[in-house]
Amino acid sequence: MNAPHDDTLSLYGETFSSRFLLGTALYSSPAVMEASIQAAGCDMVTLGLRRQNPAAGDGDAFWQILRDSGCRLLPNTAGCRSAREAITLAQMSREMFDTPWIKVEVIGDDYNLQPDPFGLLEACRTLIDDGFKVLPYCTDDLVLCQRLREAGCQALMPWGAPIGTGRGLMNRYALETLRQRLDVPLIIDAGLGAPSQAAEAMEMGFDGVLLNTAVAKAHRPPLMAEAFAEAITAGRKAYHAGLMQQRQTASPSTPTLGQPFWHSGG
Amino acid sequence: MNEITLSLNDETARLPANTTLADALDAWHYAERRVAVAINGEFVPRSAYAERVLGDRDRIDVVAPVGGG
Repeated sequence: MNAPHDDTLSLYGETFSSRFLLGTALYSSPAVMEASIQAAGCDMVTLGLRRQNPAAGDGDAFWQILRDSGCRLLPNTAGCRSAREAITLAQMSREMFDTPWIKVEVIGDDYNLQPDPFGLLEACRTLIDDGFKVLPYCTDDLVLCQRLREAGCQALMPWGAPIGTGRGLMNRYALETLRQRLDVPLIIDAGLGAPSQAAEAMEMGFDGVLLNTAVAKAHRPPLMAEAFAEAITAGRKAYHAGLMQQRQTASPSTPTLGQPFWHSGG
Repeated sequence: MNEITLSLNDETARLPANTTLADALDAWHYAERRVAVAINGEFVPRSAYAERVLGDRDRIDVVAPVGGG
């Protein structure tokens, strides 16, 4: 097992010094976003594409900050409802950002923004054939994740909980199963609300965490970004260190031998 | 004058017939902007803007970077 100090994340052959991927939406201002990215110390940030009217020029500051951040860009296909839409948006992103990286989202349900596993798999197959470095936003379903792996995805991003809910790891059993059965990097994407939840994911052996709302909607986003970064580092160290086995009954940590005031006669 | 009607980001737009995508983007003041384009749900690379002639009822999506999760 690697020592924590040279414990880097590797995705599609590229090395990342941080295991924290941060979203760039929902901040109160570009300056707050910039400070949060710096506080997070992340290597990769997500972003999207939306219809743009020529009169709107407010995207320039946003773009300038991301370019200056030095972070690698992970465009998403957020909001796409079919494989075809996701494929087209991925192609537009590749040209726009000059990157083969793509976070593939195909949404199957408007209410909980649950990924559509069928459309997702179809989109990922096509995009991998087309040379993209695909990071699929997926559910925690083992068979879906196995199919995505077989399709050529070299990393997967199962949800912790639905996007923006902040509910943490809703299905630990399913996530533990993924970790045990899949030999690719797994990044928990979406649903995390607290640094403790990120630490929990890392303690379970997940390779990274992607989140947005929990930082952007904190009262002090840069401070929360720092808190998440520390939790992710702590959780990773704990995973390397090896958690103790849980027990049903108490077991004293201070030696019982030599306990004073102890008299067998009572 | 021959005119075509199409949709630009889901809003009705009119252009002279035989307008290229490059000329349309210019007319719509996108020329200096960082955008990507799809027509009828298909990606159109920048290298094709000058040759791509727009047709009646084409659905054009012009997108730009935004924050995303």
